[in-house]
Amino acid sequence: MKIIYRDKVWELKGNITVRDAIKKVGLQPEAVLAMRDGKLITDDVIAKPDDTIRLIAVVSGG
Amino acid sequence: MKCRKCGATAVINMRQHRLSLCQDHFLEWVPQQVQRAIEHFRMFAPDERVLVAVSGGKDSLSLWDILLRLGYAADGLYIHLGIPDGGYSDVSQQKVERFAAERGARFLVVNVAAEYGMSIPEVSRRKPGRSTCGTCGLVKRHIMNQVAYEGGYAVLATGHNLDDEAAVLFQNVLHWATGYLARQAPVLPSTHPKLVRKVKPLIRLYEREMAAYALLRGIDYIYEECPYSRGATTLFYKELLNQLEERSPGAKQMFYLSFLQAREEGRLLPAEAGEVELGECQRCGQPTTVPNLCAFCRLWEGAVISQGPQGAEEQ
Repeated sequence: MKIIYRDKVWELKGNITVRDAIKKVGLQPEAVLAMRDGKLITDDVIAKPDDTIRLIAVVSGG
Repeated sequence: MKCRKCGATAVINMRQHRLSLCQDHFLEWVPQQVQRAIEHFRMFAPDERVLVAVSGGKDSLSLWDILLRLGYAADGLYIHLGIPDGGYSDVSQQKVERFAAERGARFLVVNVAAEYGMSIPEVSRRKPGRSTCGTCGLVKRHIMNQVAYEGGYAVLATGHNLDDEAAVLFQNVLHWATGYLARQAPVLPSTHPKLVRKVKPLIRLYEREMAAYALLRGIDYIYEECPYSRGATTLFYKELLNQLEERSPGAKQMFYLSFLQAREEGRLLPAEAGEVELGECQRCGQPTTVPNLCAFCRLWEGAVISQGPQGAEEQ
C-alpha cells in the first residue's frame, strides 16, 4: 500500500491495519487522520496492497 | 469499526471515550460537546453576542461554524498579521472571507501593518529579546479585547482545543508557573470594565476530533502551520502528550480536566493566586497590570524609536 503524508510517500508491504502503518512510517496515530478514496477511515481498517492512504496532520493553522 | 449509534461504518474512533461514530453522528456529537462545555463552565448565555477570533485554521473556523449552528449570535474577527511566507496571512484571510460568505456571517478584519505601520515579523525583528510568537500573542490579545470591547460584545471566544490547553498546562507545570496555572481556565471573567470575558468552548475536544470535524464538515481551512511555529516548544509537548495518550487512552483528557477540577475545588492554589490589580494604559486606555503604558503600547513605542536614522542594530 501507498502512504502519503505532506510531501512524503511510503510503500508498505502486506495486509496491515492503518494504525500499524502509521506507526511503521514513524508517525503518531493520535496526530493524524487517515483517508482512503477521499473518505475518512478508522485506523483498525486493514489496508489492501493496492490502497492509497492519505494521512492528514491534525495540528495546523495558528 | 461500526458507529455505536446506528451501526453504519464509523469514520472516527475516539479511544478515550470508547466511542466510534459515523459521519452524521460525529457531526452531531461535536456541537453537543461544545454546548455542554458552554453550559458547564457558564461561558455565555444564548442572548449574548459572541466575537470569535478566527485565524483561518481548523479550530477557529470549526468553532465559528458550531456556534452559528447552535444558534448563537457569533461574529468573526480576523487579525491580518502580515506573515509573508507563501502569502500565509493573505491566504488565511481568504479562507475566512469564503467561510463567512458561504454562511452569510458577519466578520471584522484588523490589518496590523495598515493599522500600526508594521507587520508582526517587522515589529518582532525590531524588538530583540521577545520571541515572534510572544510578540504576536501580545498584539492579538490587545486587538481582540479592543475590538470586542468597542463592538459591545459580551464575550470573546477562541478556538483552543484540549490538546492546546494540555500542552500549555504541561509547560506551566514544568516551570511551576503558579500565576499562569491560576489563570489557565476555560473562562477568564471580566475583572475590569474594559476587559471582555474570554472563553474556550472547544476545551473538551481533542485536536484530532477538531481536524476530523473540519474535514467532514467541508470547511476549507489553512492546513499549513504558521511558519513561525515550526519547532515550537508547545508542538513538542503535544508530541509528548500524544505518546502518553498512545500508551494510555484518555491521558491527555485526564491531565487537563482533573487539573481544572482540582483548581475549582481549591485543592491546588489559594483562590487569590490568580488575582491581579488592573489599571488603565495612559495611551490606549486598555486594562494593564503595569503603570503608565501597557505592554502593547510599549512594544510599538520601542519599535518606532529603533526605526529612526540611528537604527543600526537592525542587522
